[in-house]
Amino acid sequence: MTGWAIAVHGGAGVDPNLPLHRQEEAKKLLTRCLYIGISALNTNLPAIDVVELVVRELETDPLFNSGRGSALTEKGTVEMEASIMEGTKRKYGAVSGVTTVKNPVSLARLVMEKSPHSYLAFSGAEDFAREQGVELADSDYFITQDNFDYRIPTPGLDSSCAAEVDNPMVMNGLPISLYAPETVGCVVVDKEGRCAAATSTGGLMNKRSGRIGDSPIIGAGTYACNLCGVSCTGEGEAILRATLAREVAAVMEYKGLRLQEAVDFVIKERLDEGKAGLIAVSSNGEVACGFNANGMFRGCATEDGFIEVGIWE
Amino acid sequence: MGWAIAVHGGAGDIPVDIPLEKREPREAALRHCLDVGISALKHGRSPLDVVELVVRELENHPQFNAGRGSVLTTDGTVEMEASIMDGQTKKCGAVCGLKTVVNAVSLARLVMERTPHIFLAFEGAEAFAREQGVETTEPSYFITPENIERLNRAKEANRVQIDYTQPIPREVQVETNTATGESQLGTVGCVAVDSNGNLASATSTGGLVNKMVGRIGDTPVIGAGTYANSYCAVSATGKGETIIRGTIARDVAALMEFKGLPLKEAAAYVVEKAERGTVGLIAVSATGEIAMPFNTTGMFRACATEDGHSEIAIH
Repeated sequence: MTGWAIAVHGGAGVDPNLPLHRQEEAKKLLTRCLYIGISALNTNLPAIDVVELVVRELETDPLFNSGRGSALTEKGTVEMEASIMEGTKRKYGAVSGVTTVKNPVSLARLVMEKSPHSYLAFSGAEDFAREQGVELADSDYFITQDNFDYRIPTPGLDSSCAAEVDNPMVMNGLPISLYAPETVGCVVVDKEGRCAAATSTGGLMNKRSGRIGDSPIIGAGTYACNLCGVSCTGEGEAILRATLAREVAAVMEYKGLRLQEAVDFVIKERLDEGKAGLIAVSSNGEVACGFNANGMFRGCATEDGFIEVGIWE
Repeated sequence: MGWAIAVHGGAGDIPVDIPLEKREPREAALRHCLDVGISALKHGRSPLDVVELVVRELENHPQFNAGRGSVLTTDGTVEMEASIMDGQTKKCGAVCGLKTVVNAVSLARLVMERTPHIFLAFEGAEAFAREQGVETTEPSYFITPENIERLNRAKEANRVQIDYTQPIPREVQVETNTATGESQLGTVGCVAVDSNGNLASATSTGGLVNKMVGRIGDTPVIGAGTYANSYCAVSATGKGETIIRGTIARDVAALMEFKGLPLKEAAAYVVEKAERGTVGLIAVSATGEIAMPFNTTGMFRACATEDGHSEIAIH
């Protein structure tokens, strides 16, 4: 028996000029989600159930970029994606291009448990959602005033990008004030030492329709095995190229590193030029996070009473 | 140190006594594709060009499950997927859910080179194909009579079926690995290294017979079906779920990088560790070594090196 541990994130790469009240709202939401996870762990819910529960909560709250409040594609639509993985059997499920499903993470879980496949996308994923009777909503539900206001002006029509001039920080080719970093994720190790991870996102603001990022990709955005559970966020293409989530596990497995060393190593050595962050737990109850982007919305807690919520370094 | 190249046409439950009329055209196609790759390497083409060229040839060959000859979804449609990766830059591109693109691997290369993204899917990928002016065609081009028959058989058996699954007598309902629905056999792939140690890998597939519409397998997933870096290039084939879960292609490279294993040992370790009957892969290292391990009954494969070694094999 080990102690449980949990970490949540709401994305890496935060606008340094983000208004204080938004920072406070983010911290409050992270704290609330941590406590939802903690009480589930105290009632002995398995890790896989806890990560789903917590990510559902993050999806349902419009603050971050997943579920309600997802970033919009260039067509002004939402295309959400999510994945979930359980460490002991390395079972997983993933979905992409979901447009009406309130909680993509739960659809990913159903793909894992109720379909003959493990990754479904676009109309096939939507059909499966209907078949399974999960809760759906129309686009008004997902598109909040906030994410609508964040939409990027059509080039040529509006050149008043004052924020860009004040703040040259760029993520995924977008000025950080417009970049929607706020993919969400949760990693958990329960008292039995079982790890799980889940990640959910609306993807890149103003993305091309059909773009798949790292969040639904096992080994990139999400990974869990008998050693650890990992959820990543940041520049999707850099995370995909680096198979970032699997790398944490790979250096633990093949180089014998401990969790925090593994996290530090992959952030430093495996990201090329990319900006990203990740949260991780190990099967012996450690928790760690790391990022090279400008801040990461994150929170973590362990059974011995440690709890921390933060945004900046 | 010299160039080296390997190609595959899928791993799986290939019977040892596979009939001559099924074996010969596939062997001939592998030989032809290998020769295309060898000649490109001899002419100094980059490994990235070579793997694209060879996979295009394999996609055009209706005997393999990629491009023309792709297996059908439960709706009787094709949904093709492919990915490509350059080892030196670790740039990569991937596509899935294609219905009209003649050469999925070339669209993956365009995603890599002409978009800020890595992975485009379904309608967005089709729209990108039109924008780029790549060759597209009627869905009927991809659908062969053999694959219609295969889909009908799979539907009769009420299960998804893989390329080389043998017809199961009605009264025998044995659940085998290959009958559980996550195999992905008949996939094609190519890995190549030039004499300067530049590496590349590409993989392409139609997926599974009778798959659900929207299903994505390991082939377009970087690190699972395809991976290349400065150590090696890998293309995997088999049961999609096992390959994604094991990040099979990346793990060969990770073992070389983190444990210092030579290519053959790294490749053998990864395949041994995976569930039996699920995985095959081809790999080349920066120094021109080749590994082609599999834990299935067979894998259609071929390879050649600059020093004159060449082989084509199934079992």
